[in-house]
Amino acid sequence: MPVQYYIFLSIALFCIGVMGVLMRRNAIIIFMCIELMLNAVNLLMVSFSKMWADAGRVDAGSAQLFVFFIMVVAAAEVAVGLAIITMVYRNTHSVDINILNRLKN
Amino acid sequence: MVLSVIALISALGVVLSKNPVTSVLCLIITFFTIAGHYIMMNAQFLAVVHIIVYAGAIMVLFLYVLMLMNLNAELEPQKRNWLKYAGAISGGALLVVLVAALRDASMPALSTQPTEIGLIKNLGQILFKQYVLPFEVSSILFLSAMVGAVVIGKKD
Repeated sequence: MPVQYYIFLSIALFCIGVMGVLMRRNAIIIFMCIELMLNAVNLLMVSFSKMWADAGRVDAGSAQLFVFFIMVVAAAEVAVGLAIITMVYRNTHSVDINILNRLKN
Repeated sequence: MVLSVIALISALGVVLSKNPVTSVLCLIITFFTIAGHYIMMNAQFLAVVHIIVYAGAIMVLFLYVLMLMNLNAELEPQKRNWLKYAGAISGGALLVVLVAALRDASMPALSTQPTEIGLIKNLGQILFKQYVLPFEVSSILFLSAMVGAVVIGKKD
């Protein structure tokens, strides 16, 4: 199974995430699409790790640790982001991101 | 192959479904299929961590916030329909450009024999020898994120 198969799968998942961020107005759905994009990148990195491991490199595990750190950062980001969304909902009673343009006044 | 088709369909379900709870459930299906891909690529430790962190922690957090807000009755306002088409078209254009750029690239095939590199023994050796400083920094990041979430969410 060629590596290109995984590259195209990751590209498709990433573009679906981009489309979701651009199309939806619900802040929680936008957060989930960001998670989807992060996972597409993780999948690509694991497939490259497998490719280098097949090529005999001993340090191919570094890519998998990088994926591990991305998961760590994503978990921290979700905790803070959902706290912010809850705060916005408490103040405006909506999670529509068009509401947020009143921040500029 | 089947896993990829399920992943793509449920990822589209995340974007296209009207109900936010359906989106969360579709995203959980996507995460499980991605974990299946990790197992197929001999990254067993990452597959387990992925299921625990994403399906177990992050998605539960999303579902909890959704239930707390009771968004099921609320529909998104359907004004600005052209913005939706513009988003879909630009995302599709990105897809076309990336696929066209990488279509002719020659890549080696992944072998099917198992490698030892994704086991927790080897990853732990790398993590605690080579990457011990980022590991400690990430613990500080977690602590600050926890404090930040509590401070932001505090009712005042």
